[in-house]
Amino acid sequence: MERNVVLIALFAALIAALGLLPKFTLASGIPITAQSMGIMLCGTVLGARRGALAVVLFLVLVAAGLPLLAGGRGGLGVFTTPWAGFLFGFPVAAFVGGLVMEKWKSGNTTIVAGVAAIVGGIGALYLVAVPYYMVMKPAGLSEALITAMAPFMPGDLIKAVITGAITGALYKARPASVLSRA
Amino acid sequence: MISLTSPVRTRAHSWPAGAKLGALAVAGIALFVFDTLPAQLAAFAGMLGLYALPGRLFLRTGMERLWVLWPFVAIIGLFHLVTQTWFEGLLILLRLVTAVGLANLVTMTTPLDDMIAVIRWLATPLRRFGLNTRALELSIALVIRILPTLIDNGQRLIQSWRARSRRRPGWQIVMPFTLLALDDAEHMADALRARGGLVDKKGDFDGT
Repeated sequence: MERNVVLIALFAALIAALGLLPKFTLASGIPITAQSMGIMLCGTVLGARRGALAVVLFLVLVAAGLPLLAGGRGGLGVFTTPWAGFLFGFPVAAFVGGLVMEKWKSGNTTIVAGVAAIVGGIGALYLVAVPYYMVMKPAGLSEALITAMAPFMPGDLIKAVITGAITGALYKARPASVLSRA
Repeated sequence: MISLTSPVRTRAHSWPAGAKLGALAVAGIALFVFDTLPAQLAAFAGMLGLYALPGRLFLRTGMERLWVLWPFVAIIGLFHLVTQTWFEGLLILLRLVTAVGLANLVTMTTPLDDMIAVIRWLATPLRRFGLNTRALELSIALVIRILPTLIDNGQRLIQSWRARSRRRPGWQIVMPFTLLALDDAEHMADALRARGGLVDKKGDFDGT
């Protein structure tokens, strides 16, 4: 019980810390923040339920007024933009990613985690974020895909691959701490 | 810990947080219901007026907070210019900025403690479904406590990377960063258990 609560709190803090660290520059020169990687890691390391709870906890603190989103954003304002579907989709993303990890136990952890990050952190996330954008802006499907999905897609794919590598390495170093596989 | 509250104390600081959040919800719905240019312009002007009321410093801080919206405004604006639907775009942008501005006003005038009290109140009915609200409160405190330590760890990792490499620190840092954090978490869990833990007969936060 204590361990679960601490790990949930820790991963909520980890999402925030990854957003506050300086931006990483990819080989191609595109700067990306690691925040959405934190969301993917919540699912692949903590599993479905705990991963989603960690993300919810993070969002609660953002709503309460802490500047924890990448770029020091936070407060209630961020939940009112048409892009807020990404925020509401974050817990779903972690849950689905965790579910993939829990159901697919047999495979190599790195590969399974990479797939889990793509299915959850990209598939499930955009399934929430794109329709939300269409309703809240309001916008048509093609407009939503251009303005809400396309700008983030390349970075998200790279982050999913890295999430797989990190989860695999963590599982090698601390198998007991990767709860989605325990 | 830094927060997004206002540098000056306003009258709105002492209003109950629940009332402010309720008013914000009503205003948000109204912005979607009254979808005409005069109504949106009036709401936009009213929002700016509210920022101006507590004085210049408050106005400037508030506008700085809103400035982070510009990439979003630019993307939407560009889209509507390209598709030649600028009137529709103007309405959407006015509503977007007003909605974010009003929500940011609530954040600026509500101390973190008040906001956490509202969260606690909102979570109370969840006790019936087995949520341990004590664990929820503890985890909020834990995040606020852990975060500076994590950032510290991250900066030390970046420094040691720079001491060894001419390349910029990259994603490779995230792995040791997470590993350090996991080890800290295990120690913290032991410490909590040694101090009596989170025994609660009503059920567990993690649902086990």
